[in-house]
Formats: sequence, C-alpha cells, structure tokens
Amino acid sequence: MALPKVGEMTDDILKKQNVLPKKSWMEVKTTFEPGTYCYGEKAAPGEILDLPNPRDWDPAQDDWKLLPNWKETIQKGFQTRLERFRSLKLFMDICVRCGACADKCHFYIGTGDPKNMPVLRGELMRSVYRKENTVGGKLLGKLAGAREMTEDVLKEWYKYYYQCTECRRCSVFCPYGIDTAEITIHARELMHEAGVGINQITGPASNSFMTGNHLGLKPHAILNSVESLVEDIKSITGITVNPTFNRKGAEILFITPSADFFADPGIFTMMGYLLLFEHIGLDYTLSTYASEGGNFGLFTSHEMMKRLNSKIYTEAERLKVKWLLGGECGHMWRVVHQYMNTMTGPANFLEKPVSPVTGTKFSFADGTKFVHIAEFTADLIRHNTIKLDKARNDHRKITFHDSCNISRGMGMFEEPRYVINNVANHFFEMPEDTIREKTFCCGSGSGLNTNEYMETRLKGGFARAMAVKEVQEKNNVNLLTAICAIDRAAFPALLNYWNPGVETSGLHELVGNALVMNGEKARTVDLRGDDLAGSET
Amino acid sequence: MATIEFQGKTCEVDEEGYLTNLDDWTPEIGEFIAKKENMTLTEAHWEVINFLREYYDEYQIAPMIRVLTKAVGKKLGEEKGNNKYLYELFPEGPAKQACKYAGLPKPTGCV
Repeated sequence: MALPKVGEMTDDILKKQNVLPKKSWMEVKTTFEPGTYCYGEKAAPGEILDLPNPRDWDPAQDDWKLLPNWKETIQKGFQTRLERFRSLKLFMDICVRCGACADKCHFYIGTGDPKNMPVLRGELMRSVYRKENTVGGKLLGKLAGAREMTEDVLKEWYKYYYQCTECRRCSVFCPYGIDTAEITIHARELMHEAGVGINQITGPASNSFMTGNHLGLKPHAILNSVESLVEDIKSITGITVNPTFNRKGAEILFITPSADFFADPGIFTMMGYLLLFEHIGLDYTLSTYASEGGNFGLFTSHEMMKRLNSKIYTEAERLKVKWLLGGECGHMWRVVHQYMNTMTGPANFLEKPVSPVTGTKFSFADGTKFVHIAEFTADLIRHNTIKLDKARNDHRKITFHDSCNISRGMGMFEEPRYVINNVANHFFEMPEDTIREKTFCCGSGSGLNTNEYMETRLKGGFARAMAVKEVQEKNNVNLLTAICAIDRAAFPALLNYWNPGVETSGLHELVGNALVMNGEKARTVDLRGDDLAGSET
Repeated sequence: MATIEFQGKTCEVDEEGYLTNLDDWTPEIGEFIAKKENMTLTEAHWEVINFLREYYDEYQIAPMIRVLTKAVGKKLGEEKGNNKYLYELFPEGPAKQACKYAGLPKPTGCV
C-alpha cells in the first residue's frame, strides 16, 4: 500500500484540526479503510492461546464470524470487571466531559477524528455502561448518553481501542485522574473474550507462549544471533565478550526484549549490554527460555499478562539466580512495575537486589527483584566504576524520547538522561511539553507496530516527529535515543518519513560506544559500523 | 483467506500476499509472486533468497539483516556485504520483500 507524500499527509492533518463534526458521534458509522485498522487475529495463534472462537477473519468484511453469544459474553464480562476493578467503575462514573484531555492525544492530533479524543474514547464504553448500570441510561437511553451493545458498537470499539496506544498522556491532564489507557485495556480484554483481537498482538503473544519470545526465536537461533554480535564486538573493539546461557547459579538473570537479540537497531543496544557486563565482570546469564522482556499479554488480558510474565520468574527460580536485571523494554516495565506485585505477589524466593559493583541497594525493586538497566548503569557511573570516553559519541547529536511505559508508567525520567550526559557530549531536549511525563507517543505502541497500519502510525507519531523536527532544525540532531524496543522498531519508519536524517538507537548502544575496555584496540567505528568523529577517511 | 492460483494449484496467502504454508513454495512460485510485483529475479536475487531458505531451514526464522549482510559479504565479496547492495536488489527491504519471494513468514513482535 503506497503511503501519501509527506506534503499530502501534512495538509490532511492540518485540514482536520479542530473541525466541528456535522453529526453526533453516535450516528457516525465506523468504516475500515486500508491503513486505518489492524488485521484481525488468525486462527493459529488463537488456538495456541486457547482464545475463544479462533478463526481467520477480516475486519473490513461485514461478517466478522462472531459467536452467537458474543454480546452476552461482553455484557457479562463488563459487569464482572466493574466489580473486580474499582478503578474501572470509577472511570465509568466520574468523567465530567470537561475536555481537558481532548487535544492531548497524539491520535486525535494526527487524525482529527473526534473518537480519538480520550474523553470520547472513554465514552464509547461509558455509553454501554450507562445503558445497563445507571437509572438515567436505562430510562432515557440516548438522551442520557446511553446505548445498547451492538455489532456496530463492537466495530467502533475495535477501531478506536486499537487507535489508542495506552500511552496515558491524556491521564496527565485529566483533573480527575482518569486513566484512559486502563479503559482501553479493559475494552480490548472484553473484545478478546468475545474472540475479537488483532494479529499483531496475538501472533507475538502466542510465539512468546510457545518459544519464550515474541519473534519465535528458538534457542539455537538466539545463540547464533548472539554469537554473530560477539563476533562484531570483537572486530570493532578487539574485545571478546563471553555471555552465558541458561547458566545455573549465576548471580543475575538478564532479561531484554527479543528484538535486542535479533532486530536492527536493538542489536546494537545488545552489544552495549554485553560490553558493559564484560567491563564490570558481572556474574550474569541470558536465558533462551525467558528470552523476552516484552509482554503482549498486557494488550490481551490480565490472565495472559500473568501467564507470560511468570515464565521470567519460573526461569529465575530454576536457575537459582539472586535477582533480575532488565533491559531497555517498554511494556515489560509497565507489567513488572504496576501489576506484578498484586497480580502474582512479590517474588520472595529471590534476593533483594544489590549492585555487586557499588553495593547500592535497589530498594525500588524490593518486591519484584527486577532492576532497570538505566538505573543500574546510572548507579555505576555515579560511583565512578566504569571508564568512559564521551568523545566516541561526538558524531551524534542526540535527543531522548521518553518511552511512555518508562516515564509515565514507572516514573523514570532522570536516569537515562544522566547516563546520556555521561557518555555523550551533545544532548538536546525536545520542547518541554513533549518530554518527561508529557512525552508524545511513538504512535505504534501497545501492539500497533504493524505494517498495514503504517498510515495511521505515521499520523499518530506526527506530534512526536514535529518535536524531533524542532531539535533537528535547531541543534542538528541526528539521533533519537529511546529505552524501549517498540520505539526502536517504530521510530526508524516514523523518522524516515517525517525526519529523514535522524536515526534511532537505544541507550546502551551509546554506553557501549563510550566504554573504554581493558585491552581494547583503537576504535575507528561505532557499534553499528559508522565512522567516529575525526576518523573519517 | 486469500489464495493465489499457480500451475493449477491453489495456495493460501495472507493479506499481503505471503504464502501461508511453507510447503507450498517452489522456486517457480517465488518467481511468479515476484513477477506479480513487477520484479524479475536475477541470479543475484536468488543468491539472497537461497540463503534465506537455508537459514530458515536451520533456525525456523528468517535471519536478521546483519547476519544476511555478513553472509552475503563472505560468500560474494566484501563490496556486496552491506545494506545498500541488498536494498538495490530488494527496494522494499530484504526482510520484507525477499522473504515474500522465498515463501517465508513475516517477522512479528517489536521489529
């Protein structure tokens, strides 16, 4: 599918800003044009995950091949969730529709579609809630903003709850603290109960369930890939790193997104981790079973999230490690930081994490025993325990994208910045309203990073790209660094479209470039093979 | 499920024209799929496609680009072991386009 030219898409986005709709939103029927929806889930992954009604189906066709009882399933599931999750009940009841969130969503900015205003996104579900749960809704129906759950409503949910990346920017601006991401999470979970999901989520989730990671890498493929990276590290730095796999008794189990094992540019971040661990002599192991940080269960159901998260802890227990160190992943941290302690309980069979190098106790991770690598590395730098040469990143003018799950999800803002400032000389912040807790989404998170959805992804990422454009023009920024694998997958396409000339990297790629290893050879290229500043021939 | 007809045989493909069943693939059908996209496969294309198939046979996944460029470099000479060479052959990206002609599935997840 050919994408519109940059000028055309810009005009289209600008034309749709703040246009008053002609009809009431309930009267606007949902349509599925190519590029505006994700493909439906396939039969095979549905069968693997025991999802209801596994089948091949096409959202653009009228017949979704639904089960006869799909509606009752959703209605019943909704009621169960209202009882189980007080937050959901609250979010259904307390919105006063003030509109503070309306223009804060990147998908609303990019598409101008009113149903992408978070207030209205919530309303898609709230209207159904009212019909069954409020006196006004029962008696007055539409007049009270209530409506029946119908197939049209289901189609509307499908389109717009998969046009939300669960990034939570809107919730920062809500005076009541309504978290629309949670509404989306519940809506997707209800749809899954009725056998409706997208292939880009169930596919990776079933891979993760079967082989331990989203990509479906089998143990020997992981080995082959890491060996190839070890070879590259040797040729660039002269250093032989020695990662181990599934090693019992290692102090630390290191978990990272499988894309770091296998996909460009995540692999360069992986090379950075490997160099760092070698540099500090860390007693760690990788696992070919717990070979995925990401958890597409978060986008499927609470149950699936629990299932996929548990393999990490099962492996930690089996290998008898003391604690877990986690790589640059996005939603893994949302799951670990926000759900795990109450979902599966604290991992008391592991030890409270203490840095073997600095002795720092990571009390933040006392329950989960899972330490974020940015915090770990920031601590190493703070204690002057690693040797760095910042000039080796001088060929990069860097900006930092706060990944939603790390910034808003776990409140980590300073550590990555502290690390960048210690491994590089040229760091530039994007405008204030687009970073830290107000960060703009990459446009492809929560499982939407799929090819058929590119046009919508580019529109969703428009606000972020315009912020990049500012530092690109003002400070000649040529690299965007992010600590999330979806970011590293999404940004190359987004930036190539809106900001050609800006590349994407992870944080530890920069760390790896700067690390001065004992016995290394003079470096002339960085970890991705680009010439270092001053070494161009 | 969409299908394509080739030499009297009906093969299932996904929304983007990737073969659903690995076993349906033959060099001829690879050629046929490429032709539908106005691509003529030369020997240079086949070197890449054959490597992809071999790698897949062993690892049940298509190789990452870096492994591919390294392998191409080793086999066909340094000057060909880079992204530029592969993108010249497969303008839509070796991962996407070459996998399609090789009858291999698209990668999923955070990629």
